[in-house]
Amino acid sequence: MTETPQPSNDGVAREPGGGGGALLEMTGIVKRFPGVLALGGVDLDVRAGEVHCLLGQNGAGKSTLIKVLSAAYQPDEGEILWEGEPVRLTTPVAAMKRGISTIYQELDLVPGLTVTENIFLGHELATAGFSRRSEATQRVRTLLARLGHREVDPNRLVGDLSPAGQQIVSMARALSHDTRLLILDEPSAVLDQEEVDNLFRVVRGLTAEGVAIIYISHRLEEIRQIGDRITVLKDGRTVATGLPVEDTPTAELIRLMTGRSIEYVFPERPTTPPSRGTAPVLETSGLCGDRFRDIDLRVHAGEIVGLAGLVGSGRSEILETIYGARRSSAGTVSIDGRRLRRGSVRAAVAAGVGLAPEERKSQGLLLDQAVYRNVTVSSMSRFAKAGFLDSGAERRAAEELTRSLDVRPAGVDRPVRNLSGGNQQKVVLARWLLRDCKVLLLDEPTRGVDVGARTEIYNLVRRLADEGVAVVVVSSEVEEVLGLADRVLVISEGSVVHEGPATEIDESKVLDLVMEGEVA
Amino acid sequence: MSETPTDAAVTQGDTARVEKEAAAAERKAEPSGFGALLRGGAGHNLGLVLALALLALVGVLSGGERFGSVDNVMTILRLAAVIGVVSIGMTFVITGGGIDLSVGALVALSSVWCTTLSTQAMANDYHWIFIVTTALLVGAGAGLINGLLVAYGGVVPFIATLAMMASARGLAEIISARKTQIVSVPGFTDAFSRDIFGISLLIWIFVVVAVIGWILLNRTTFGRRTLAIGGNPEASRLAGINVRRHTVLLYVLVGLCCGIAAVMLISRTTVGSATHGQLYELDAIAAVVIGGTLLAGGRGTIVGTVFGVLIFATLSNVFVINNLSISAQAFTKGLIIIVAVLLQKRFSRQPGS
Repeated sequence: MTETPQPSNDGVAREPGGGGGALLEMTGIVKRFPGVLALGGVDLDVRAGEVHCLLGQNGAGKSTLIKVLSAAYQPDEGEILWEGEPVRLTTPVAAMKRGISTIYQELDLVPGLTVTENIFLGHELATAGFSRRSEATQRVRTLLARLGHREVDPNRLVGDLSPAGQQIVSMARALSHDTRLLILDEPSAVLDQEEVDNLFRVVRGLTAEGVAIIYISHRLEEIRQIGDRITVLKDGRTVATGLPVEDTPTAELIRLMTGRSIEYVFPERPTTPPSRGTAPVLETSGLCGDRFRDIDLRVHAGEIVGLAGLVGSGRSEILETIYGARRSSAGTVSIDGRRLRRGSVRAAVAAGVGLAPEERKSQGLLLDQAVYRNVTVSSMSRFAKAGFLDSGAERRAAEELTRSLDVRPAGVDRPVRNLSGGNQQKVVLARWLLRDCKVLLLDEPTRGVDVGARTEIYNLVRRLADEGVAVVVVSSEVEEVLGLADRVLVISEGSVVHEGPATEIDESKVLDLVMEGEVA
Repeated sequence: MSETPTDAAVTQGDTARVEKEAAAAERKAEPSGFGALLRGGAGHNLGLVLALALLALVGVLSGGERFGSVDNVMTILRLAAVIGVVSIGMTFVITGGGIDLSVGALVALSSVWCTTLSTQAMANDYHWIFIVTTALLVGAGAGLINGLLVAYGGVVPFIATLAMMASARGLAEIISARKTQIVSVPGFTDAFSRDIFGISLLIWIFVVVAVIGWILLNRTTFGRRTLAIGGNPEASRLAGINVRRHTVLLYVLVGLCCGIAAVMLISRTTVGSATHGQLYELDAIAAVVIGGTLLAGGRGTIVGTVFGVLIFATLSNVFVINNLSISAQAFTKGLIIIVAVLLQKRFSRQPGS
């Protein structure tokens, strides 16, 4: 791929006539966080009246870029031109005053206030502190009409509206600020098809008025429908910008998004595949729940099964339901052929299931307590006689385990809070090793874990499998699932769309499946 | 998509620097110097000892022999004993992430329930042990209701126990018809007004409850689970702890302590009354908090609570000896709570720094 091609304006069919120079131009944007280079040189130019799509995998830097644009973060290097003038967006209010509005995935509305109150939150129409209600309501009606949603009642509580209705309110709020650039972060994630069509109608209406849109989505079909040009981010860098939507094949886009600048080293798979002839340790049949349906999963001792899919595809919910932290609506979970009680974590733990949850800090660890207490919390009865704990034995057991997992710094009496992400994850794993668990469920095992420690975690997981544990891994990073697992299930919208050996599918194929949502 | 900075670390992270910064953060976390002394558990207790010593000094300087006499010290301890037992129970509930506003009302209810039984016709046939058993059962039973409401009813502890506070006090008034009930059961007063080694039985009860509380919190699975669910209930649940059942047990425990306190109060005053235990909830919470137990849960100290109780009891005594008003006493109490909590914030480890 050639770097940053700049197709001529005329080449794009949906480009409005008036769109001359770029409304926004970003060059060489760099954003560092302690120990992390989040953006390593991003270029982006957006024209008035266009829908500019931003593509990239998880961790590619899309969200960070948006936050730089809306001035939630300050860039460390790089230049931002607004209508050709260099600008510094120092505060979110400054960005808003320029006409940059962002609609995040998690809508930031106050559910207990009305539509009108939300739209004018922070810039209420008021005289001497008394709100001018009828005028505000009138203006809200005008805004909603402009969005083509007259049916939304300005006096309703926002909490009573559907997600789609709330999105309309967010947009109306953006427009109340005289927006010239509207950033939509995965707006279709919460919408059904009809609502998406409505959204597109609104977007087209806005672009016709000359508003520029930055549109973020994982669904390529949507981008094909609504987008004008595409910028692809990978590992915090722009790999291609200004690609015309109509002339860029899907394969090309996926090729741009995949591949990495840093290659991880994954442990080798066992030469003989885990015995498929034997009975599975973990088996689910027809498991249905919150965001997924009919999941049939079989995991054998010594096998690592990976679940790939987008955030929100139901992956984490599947793990949490197996673990009993969520109630299934139908179907069964069995360990060694014995059915688990529905919705009971304790039954799952007693049967030998362990979970390393996605939100390690809020769901996995007792942050202010000592390492050894975090290790032994699920096996306390083993160290207790008549309820009295032998903390010496606890420490010794935790020491042995943390040493074998190479938790650094050593010392089981320090609070877990002081450890790095990778070492915290090892503490969670140690907890389940202590129980000699048969099934280990890993949700995003390397989130917040730095590059060096990742390989250690991978090796550790493989070692556990070699020792006979049945492992299920969920990760947003396709490469991780493919590199680590023996067998892969691709999940899209709560259903399995593909199942097969990890070696027989590649990253672009998986992305194809999850983004197009088609059964292979 | 959740692209937090840490997410990006995965692809771009500079390992060496990450490790260096982790090491730096660690050094920062290592305590040093005077601040470290105050930060540690021992340091906090040292602060409490100093506060208590200061109060005693003020007492001796202003009251002289009237304060320093053995009799007066015993008076302070007897005063401290009743609220002390309640505070030990409160320490567990607060450490477990809850709160119990109903303790004062439970003391009153337990006291009138058992004295009513004993003043009825067959009073003279009653052994004093029935009084004690009734008080304990009433306290624990009311605690059970609190616990069920919180753990299974999903009512926030503040509201559940606030409701219990109103209802239990009301029920106590109904049962006693707003009259104080003099205990006439033979042997009861004798049994509880005894001294052992020259020290009142009430003080011994407090000592025993405090010791059991310390062991329970620091040496048993029960205590460990209390700390765990107070620190992070979700993580505890996912680790396989039965959070709900444990929460119920915590409220039963504090209810039981209220029952014990009721018996102690009856023996000290020789009456059961619906006005017993007024504002005990505030005194107990104050003692627990200045003792160093985290109001948000996850960290608790029995030794700190004992000191907290002693500080407030000594304060009352110093004020009484100097003929200062109850109002001045209340004012000073509030002041001490605020100063203690501000000092704790100042010197306690800053999470996440």
